Amino acid sequence: MSRTGTAETNYLNAQHGLKSWLLTLDHKRIGLLYLMGVSFFFLLGGIFALLIRLELLTPQGDLVQPDTYNRLFSMHGIMMVFFFLIPAIPGVLGNFLIPIMIGTRDVAFPRLNLASWYIFMAGGSITLLGVLAGGVDTGWTFYPPYSSLYSATNVLTVGIGVFVNGFSSILTGLNFMVTIHRMRAPGMTWFRLPLFVWGHYATSFINVLGTPVIAITLLLLVLERAFHLGIFDATKGGDPVLFQHLFWFYSHPAVYIMILPSMAVISELIAAFTRKRVFGYHFVAFSSIGIAVLGFLVWGHHMFVSGQSVYAGTAFSLLTMLVAIPSAIKVFNWSFTLYQGSVSFDTPMLYALGFIGLFMIGGLTGVFLGTLGFDIHVHDTYFVVAHFHYVMVGGTIMGYLGGLHYWWPKITGRTYPEFWGRMSAMLVFVGFNLTFFPQFLLGYMGMPRRYHAYPEEWQVLNVLSTAGASVLGLGFLLPLGYLLWSLKYGKLAGKNPWGAKGLEWTTDSPPPTENFRDAPVVSEEAYDYAGAGHGDGGAPAPARAH
Amino acid sequence: MSHGHSSALAHHFDSLEQQREASTLGMWLFLVQEVMFFGGLFMTYMLYRWRDPEAFAAGSHDLNITLGLLNTVVLIASSLTMAMAVHSAQTSRRRPLIGYLTATGVLGLAFLVVKYFEYSAKWEHHLVPGPLFHFSEPAIGGRAEVFFSLYFAMTGMHALHMVIGIALLAWILRGAVRGRFDASYYNPVENFGLYWHFVDIVWIFLFPMLYLIGRHYHGGA
Repeated sequence: MSRTGTAETNYLNAQHGLKSWLLTLDHKRIGLLYLMGVSFFFLLGGIFALLIRLELLTPQGDLVQPDTYNRLFSMHGIMMVFFFLIPAIPGVLGNFLIPIMIGTRDVAFPRLNLASWYIFMAGGSITLLGVLAGGVDTGWTFYPPYSSLYSATNVLTVGIGVFVNGFSSILTGLNFMVTIHRMRAPGMTWFRLPLFVWGHYATSFINVLGTPVIAITLLLLVLERAFHLGIFDATKGGDPVLFQHLFWFYSHPAVYIMILPSMAVISELIAAFTRKRVFGYHFVAFSSIGIAVLGFLVWGHHMFVSGQSVYAGTAFSLLTMLVAIPSAIKVFNWSFTLYQGSVSFDTPMLYALGFIGLFMIGGLTGVFLGTLGFDIHVHDTYFVVAHFHYVMVGGTIMGYLGGLHYWWPKITGRTYPEFWGRMSAMLVFVGFNLTFFPQFLLGYMGMPRRYHAYPEEWQVLNVLSTAGASVLGLGFLLPLGYLLWSLKYGKLAGKNPWGAKGLEWTTDSPPPTENFRDAPVVSEEAYDYAGAGHGDGGAPAPARAH
Repeated sequence: MSHGHSSALAHHFDSLEQQREASTLGMWLFLVQEVMFFGGLFMTYMLYRWRDPEAFAAGSHDLNITLGLLNTVVLIASSLTMAMAVHSAQTSRRRPLIGYLTATGVLGLAFLVVKYFEYSAKWEHHLVPGPLFHFSEPAIGGRAEVFFSLYFAMTGMHALHMVIGIALLAWILRGAVRGRFDASYYNPVENFGLYWHFVDIVWIFLFPMLYLIGRHYHGGA
């Protein structure tokens, strides 16, 4: 391959036709396959959310039947958690970027990578079948004995769908871990890795250790429902609370599966838009590992009122607060990075700053909820709903959209319209807070989650929340429009439209199939803005994209 | 890599050595997730055994210890033949490799056949959980059902891994017959060996936990 010119073949035009996409082993194309998959499930989950918020516009249950409402919030949770929040950033951005960032040609196991996407789509399709057949009404948590004995909905189909999907997470995590261990370019030492890679390493660690546990748990639930095993049935000597233990042993770490990749993106954005090395690089790197490890020790805080012993509750309460330490390390270090940085407020940076805001509120209310006494007051209220939306949804979506904008020129070779990008970032931030902040107040006043009707005095706050959801929906639709528009009409981006550091900005946009025309050799730290390049990335620093 | 098995080197690796290290690490990570997968079942077993040791001891009396022991011997033997197969691949001896792989597969199938007879005996004695479940000892009665649920879940999961293992073995055997493996490239055989030994080790835990522990505390049956 020659290295002259930039108008050569890239991963997008190297091959043509549907088959070249469906059978591709290229990690970049697989990333785009995930983009389509997760976007579809996000849209579907969003429609369920819309119906929920419309029902809650009025105190009376007038839009849907109570049974329908139960299905709506269950399907909203299942679609969003398992088929959007968990796979979105690793599947799309992680797949696309990790091999490029570490300077190699592909992930360690390309065929397994494609298989992971097919498993994801298979799990999604099975779940979708369950949805089309009427959905489930158990909540996304599938607690027995309701799910195993009483619910008359499609628990089997949906449970199998989620079970299958889990193997996609496990295999992707395994693939990333081996890739990061064994495929780094010469000179790319562990402490030269971009923090994006550290974050994904920590996520993969949780995926490999945690996801198998939810797999066996859901399998037992499916067997329990189909053959009445009795493992979760108290009348046969089983214990429904055991399900909760096993479920949260995965599903609490799963929150970190969602947010660690987002934090990984935020570190990249903060460095690029302050023109500085992330303050306390080592601390930020290790805080990801810290969150991954501590995340496995806190599951019991979901069960403070499930009959768990008060001693276990106290221990889990204390352990939960420990997670605040690595989380705070990240937030403080990002903030210090801003200090005396050359800060610019492009769309990705607006998302990154929005992330810090939402994560602070979400994280701090997490400490409230981890406090045994307070949790008993607000358990199963909208306070919990608001908290986990701030952390999981606010956290993940801000990172996902910020990262998607930041790397969009690299992925597609074209820039998006900056003005509309900033508009969408503002709309998402405002809409998000307007949707979920009132829910903190509602929850504190005692409004329980998962009911389709409520007393009239709570209507104002619910109307505010629904109004916020509309703004938020607009904020999501806007990028869908202009990103698609930019595929054809966006300005050509060039190699490094942001003047950023990192191997991904040294190769063409879009990159060639093998990622680099010449295999890279790394000789500098990550984010070396103050080093030889004099703070403007690689040689000749191009003008900003707008 | 111009020598030997350049065809075995995937395009995205720099050397066979890197490829070997990557796939071995991948296999170990896969086994880690397998440990967590079975770990959920073992956790469940421990909890319920601790809650009702009497029912578990009574339940284990209705398992066929002779067949269980036979299967343990069969599996350990299959691990031996598997280890010999890996050694044959490492030393580029194709005919012994094919022989040992075949022996491993035959032993694996023998295990499944014995398991089939055990399962059908449980079915005949109404020891399969569900509406037909009936435990002969009145003092224990339905309390034994959770034991048998776990028995079927754990040995069933193990048997499923055996079935997958035999399918993979057939694929490895095909490669061996075609002469794909020798001292310079034997990684698939080695990694499959890791999987096979893992499945074997699971049984080494299942056998005492389900068939043996507490058996002598319980006089009846």
